[in-house]
Amino acid sequence: MDFLNAIVAFSNYVLVPGAAYGAQLALGALGVTLIYGILRFSNFAHGDTMAFGTAMTILFTSGLLSMGITFGPLPTALLALPFGIAATCLLVLFTDKLVYKFYRKQKAAPVILVIVSMGVMFIMNGVVRFVIGVRDIRFTDGERFIISARTFKEMTGLKEGLAIKTTQGITVVVAIFVVVVLFWFLNKTRTGKSMRAFSDNEDLALLSGINPEKVVMVTWMIVAALATTAGVLYGLDKSFKAFTYFQLLLPIFASAIVGGLGNPLGAIAGGFVIAFSEVTITYAFKKVLVYLLPESLEPTGLVQLLSTDYKFAVSFSILIIVLLFKPTGLFKGKSV
Amino acid sequence: MTISLRNLLLVVGVAALYILEGSTTFWIFSGSWDSALKMLNFALIGAIMSLGVNLQWGFAGLFNIGIMGFVALGGLATVLVSMPTTPGAWSAGGWQILAGLALGAVTIVGAVKLYGYLPKGRLRNLTTFAFIVLGFFAFRAVFDGGVAAVEAIDPAATGYLGGLNWGGDNYKDYGWLTVVAWPVGGVFAAGAAWIIGKTALGLRSDYLAIATLGIAEIIIAVMKNEDWLSRGVKNVNGLPRPVPYEIDLQNDLGFVERAASLGLDPTTASTLYTKMGYAILFAIFLVALLWLAQRALNSPWGRMMRAIRDNEVAAEAMGKNVTARHLQIFILGSAICGIAGAMMTTLDSQLTPTAYQPLRFTFLIWVMVIVGGSGNNFGAVLGGFLIWWLWVMVEPLGLWIAEISTAGFDADHWFRIRMEDAAAHFRLFTMGLVLLLVLRFSPRGLMPEK
Repeated sequence: MDFLNAIVAFSNYVLVPGAAYGAQLALGALGVTLIYGILRFSNFAHGDTMAFGTAMTILFTSGLLSMGITFGPLPTALLALPFGIAATCLLVLFTDKLVYKFYRKQKAAPVILVIVSMGVMFIMNGVVRFVIGVRDIRFTDGERFIISARTFKEMTGLKEGLAIKTTQGITVVVAIFVVVVLFWFLNKTRTGKSMRAFSDNEDLALLSGINPEKVVMVTWMIVAALATTAGVLYGLDKSFKAFTYFQLLLPIFASAIVGGLGNPLGAIAGGFVIAFSEVTITYAFKKVLVYLLPESLEPTGLVQLLSTDYKFAVSFSILIIVLLFKPTGLFKGKSV
Repeated sequence: MTISLRNLLLVVGVAALYILEGSTTFWIFSGSWDSALKMLNFALIGAIMSLGVNLQWGFAGLFNIGIMGFVALGGLATVLVSMPTTPGAWSAGGWQILAGLALGAVTIVGAVKLYGYLPKGRLRNLTTFAFIVLGFFAFRAVFDGGVAAVEAIDPAATGYLGGLNWGGDNYKDYGWLTVVAWPVGGVFAAGAAWIIGKTALGLRSDYLAIATLGIAEIIIAVMKNEDWLSRGVKNVNGLPRPVPYEIDLQNDLGFVERAASLGLDPTTASTLYTKMGYAILFAIFLVALLWLAQRALNSPWGRMMRAIRDNEVAAEAMGKNVTARHLQIFILGSAICGIAGAMMTTLDSQLTPTAYQPLRFTFLIWVMVIVGGSGNNFGAVLGGFLIWWLWVMVEPLGLWIAEISTAGFDADHWFRIRMEDAAAHFRLFTMGLVLLLVLRFSPRGLMPEK
């Protein structure tokens, strides 16, 4: 019984939140990794692209709500998501035309593109603040829990409850759906195959008649969709604040690099590695250990390895360790 | 550098921006010398940071976006040097904290040595891992006790170890210690840069960027959470000052008389006097650093750096130790940022860890360097002055635009309210726009490298 309680406590505080956070990071990292694979630079504006997509989705959500449309037990934001994605698509395609295309034609060094993306980051950050402000916004509606701690306790008779929030469930389901569609697209369709070819060997791809501008355009559209989805899922699960999204940049990049930059499979794995390490290392294990250890050995402290404020330190340390021992990431990424 | 007409005009133009802010209320200018001097002080600090970044990026092509962390370390140095020692803190737990930290350091060094010493295989990994875990728990056991003891000492006022100022209650008499703290801030930043450089400089540029971004966040996290070190988010207030206090000046009859002879009332005169004092101190440091950077740029060492930047492989083939040179310049540039950070904390008279935001302390400095002209020290300094002016003046500028564009509307029209709200968010947008425009149309900056 105690053992079951320990497992439930562990799932409730580490497994479930870690899985949801991991899925959000994975979607974010997929966007970063695709840009890196096709356009060959690290996009620092990614966090702010996520923020913009989420801000747009929030606006559409309130539009839908004012028309009296809801999504039943599910958050209305999911209905607004396609509109948010469309708006973000327009923004990134417009940015690409106006800003990045010039440097692509010039064949500028990747580091110049990174600095350019810093400029884009500033502008997008300003646009988001202009559109929606700097407040903390919660936009979750519908049913709060798939299963609440109390229901779980009544069902099983255990002392510990396991709560699964609707948003956590949705996050995982949506993430799986998106990843399946993305991999189907990359592996089975003609455009997807040409993207992979372009990523593997640009010159060869150009020789075989692949239109680079089309590949770049499709990439941006996919990235906009991924970024918006990741941003909305994160916002549903926690809350929306422009500055938090900027800070997500570090764990997202850490995920992409740990998995191997340019490798989509690696991005997903990296996302979960980073998320679970962050949650596990900053969780106070007292609650779990109380059930597992005999009474005489019960811990007096919280048994928390690091305070939650050091979660950046966790993603960073993992990043450094992976880079030192496996410079191209867990899955073989590009080493341009 | 020969002074071309273009550069002369640029310098005069930027100087005019500051003079206009002080002298006229026309357009968006406030016409207050106090505000102009305040702006100048921050611009001087910004110019020093920009000089440091130019050293790394302009000379050596190193992409460091962790400037905020080095700036914050400089600020920490100011507190640790110039604040009074908290009575009893060292005996209560200070030494225990140091012992804990030493234990932590021994663990890390030991793990690295162990890893190198043992033969390859699973045994090596397991032993190293076990060593790290044991070391971590030993570290926490010693360290936590000391921290609890120090933080228990009058948490509302101190609750931290304090600095090295021996003045006790009269610690504000030793204001010159803050100036001593500036180079110490440089040393702190250099130490951190050495650790980062040792691990991350061998990596590609994007990885170095992420690594520096990460370390900066960690430094801020440490300063927010380790209350025993700098009171965390409770902030350290009332740092001593290297310049006289306004209130003392106002009580000084000689000063009041001199102010009156210049036609100034004592209050205005005293604020101007102190701000002037800071400006002169900062300017001395800026000129000294600029001179050193200029000497470095034109020395054989500087030529070697540029050679490495332009073609690493060729430089290596010529027998230059690229990694060592990179480490060297990374440390030097970061140290300059540390010095600037210490100056900024001195100017603020307080250390506020929550105030360190990457957009303001890292990316803004990058805009300064790029706009000014990377690779040119004078350009970087000019960029510092120009961009800081813009950063401050964007808000009045935004309000002005809001006013012009909504002139036809009533005061309570939604469009007018929206525009006036938006003026506050205009800042980041403008910075991004300036950066992109310069990169596109004048990628070498206002004062290009020769």
